[in-house]
Amino acid sequence: MKKLIVAFLLAVTPMLGLAAGGGVPLDDADIDLSDQASLQRGAKYFMNYCLSCHSAKYQRYNRMAKDLGLTEQEVIDNLMFTTDKIGGTMNIAMTAEKGTEWFGNPPPDLSVIARARGVDWLYTYLRGFYIDEKRPFGVNNRVFPDVGMPNVLWQLQGDQKAVFKTEVHNGTETEVLDRLEPASEGTMSPEEFDQVARDITAFLSYIGEPIQMERKRLGVWVLLFIAVFFVMSYLLKKEYWKDVH
Amino acid sequence: MSMMKNFMTWIDDRYPATKVWNEHLAQYYAPKNFNFWYFMGSLALLVLVIQILTGVWLAMNYKPDAELAFGSVEYIMRDVDWGWLIRYMHSTGASAFFVVIYLHMFRGLMYGSYRKPRELLWIIGVIIYLAMMATAFFGYLLPWGQMSYWGAQVIVNLFSAVPVIGPDLGVWVRGDYVISDATLNRFFALHFLLPFILAALVFIHIVALHKVGSNNPDGVEIKKGPKGNRWSDKAPADGIPFHPYYTVKDIAGVAGFLFIFAAVVFFAPEMGGYFIEHPNFEPANPLKTPEHIAPVWYFTPFYAILRAVPSIAGSAFPGVVAMFASILIMFFMPWLDRSPVKSIRYKGMLYKVMLWVFVVNFILLGYLGTQPTTDLYKLLAQIGTIYYFAFFLLMPIYSKMDNTKPVPERVTE
Repeated sequence: MKKLIVAFLLAVTPMLGLAAGGGVPLDDADIDLSDQASLQRGAKYFMNYCLSCHSAKYQRYNRMAKDLGLTEQEVIDNLMFTTDKIGGTMNIAMTAEKGTEWFGNPPPDLSVIARARGVDWLYTYLRGFYIDEKRPFGVNNRVFPDVGMPNVLWQLQGDQKAVFKTEVHNGTETEVLDRLEPASEGTMSPEEFDQVARDITAFLSYIGEPIQMERKRLGVWVLLFIAVFFVMSYLLKKEYWKDVH
Repeated sequence: MSMMKNFMTWIDDRYPATKVWNEHLAQYYAPKNFNFWYFMGSLALLVLVIQILTGVWLAMNYKPDAELAFGSVEYIMRDVDWGWLIRYMHSTGASAFFVVIYLHMFRGLMYGSYRKPRELLWIIGVIIYLAMMATAFFGYLLPWGQMSYWGAQVIVNLFSAVPVIGPDLGVWVRGDYVISDATLNRFFALHFLLPFILAALVFIHIVALHKVGSNNPDGVEIKKGPKGNRWSDKAPADGIPFHPYYTVKDIAGVAGFLFIFAAVVFFAPEMGGYFIEHPNFEPANPLKTPEHIAPVWYFTPFYAILRAVPSIAGSAFPGVVAMFASILIMFFMPWLDRSPVKSIRYKGMLYKVMLWVFVVNFILLGYLGTQPTTDLYKLLAQIGTIYYFAFFLLMPIYSKMDNTKPVPERVTE
């Protein structure tokens, strides 16, 4: 038995090094889904900055209201800019054809983007735009090279410029992105802007799986129940088996 | 109680209810020395029931349509009452089924449960394993995510690698030239059908088991040992009635299993991208090939074997043959093992080392199957593939050479 465990651990260890970063180290998003204020701010930024090009077509407004501690009227008054109904999902007017025409690719639906990309990737992405005059919108992104999306948050963040360094691989020199530096000031300080990115990331994580907090809350009780059930069934087994020799 | 007795008499005159109960549970004598590994059979049955029940309920809201499938899964996750739980139980259940079955098969390898008179029992088991793999493969397409789509594309293309009839075979499987709506529809039909065939095969597996009786960690045939125990003069002395002894024991095993199962369902349903892969949260896009395509973890050892075998004249067919051979070779286990003893407890160091290296090698191949190919990984996969086949093909030699220990007359504690 012991040998099996050791063998299993030896085999599994390399999997721990498996990160889906595509080479660029990702920053820790450090989101807190129990922080409703953060989710509400994230919802506000999402509705203002994302939900005109990106849809979230599996997320219902009233479900969001309930989960984020808002009344339906508050959502209708403050967070709904389209003609959608409160019981409807977050759709957009832009068609895939128009999206392709304007951005090269239709902007993806964001309902489950946090589950596809991971929260750290989103957090790094939102903060990863830098000036690149070769791109149609004048910006590029460190974790999504040649992205079709402009930096919609530039007014808050200000512009960033990339600092490159030279690396030598197998004798050939390549320019790689080292770090990003502020090129102009935005309306927010870097710390304030990081919090904006964190709030949006938290909101995207929430809409990726609205049940996730409830799932974990319920899971504790389920495990407690099974633990008690295990003890009872184990005692029952012992009682029956005491005459087996 | 006489009314109950009358009722049972009425039933028994028309259907062998009491007879079946006694023959297969209350008076079915199983060896008394089962250990941890013997939980896996009952757990596999439990997971099959979980999969069928959750699967039927998922089918009530799932739409096998290329336009609607992805959205209907999200609908289940968000709008169907407890849909998220049913879906996570099903997705976790798929992986749990393979975990339990791999442990069940490993138990068979350890204790020689495939040896005479259990050859047919083992063969039925391998057929069940094949049916399970087919079911899992069909089911994996249904969420219609990127990995569903491209995984199916890669696997169905294997059929296209068959010389001469390959391309037609591929079209026949897909119902189209690429994975499409037609493929999704037929995979759904087959994914719904196969579990019932699986249940029938499991029934046959148990009928075969009860004919020959269970093996045990000592590999001692209790039916050939002395007779007479507390319950019957004719029953094997080392046997105990399956019910209530193993039913209560298996209930405790079920509780232990459910604890781990629920921990995954409620706290880590994606299991770090191994049970539900991240790219599968992007809807299937026939025009966009993902950077890296890998099947789900339970297929990756065989996928690694497929990729390890070099192509001949640009055809991947040799790899396909190797992959299928790596599964079909299991059918021959009963005749490959020439050791005079069944259980690993009485086999020598040579066999023990071969088996443990096989386990590590299988896990290593599984890991390599998840990774993009590099020169080093390809070499490792090739060494792993050679060892995989050597374990089986050289078994007639090393199992005979091995220094075995004397087997006791009776089972040990």
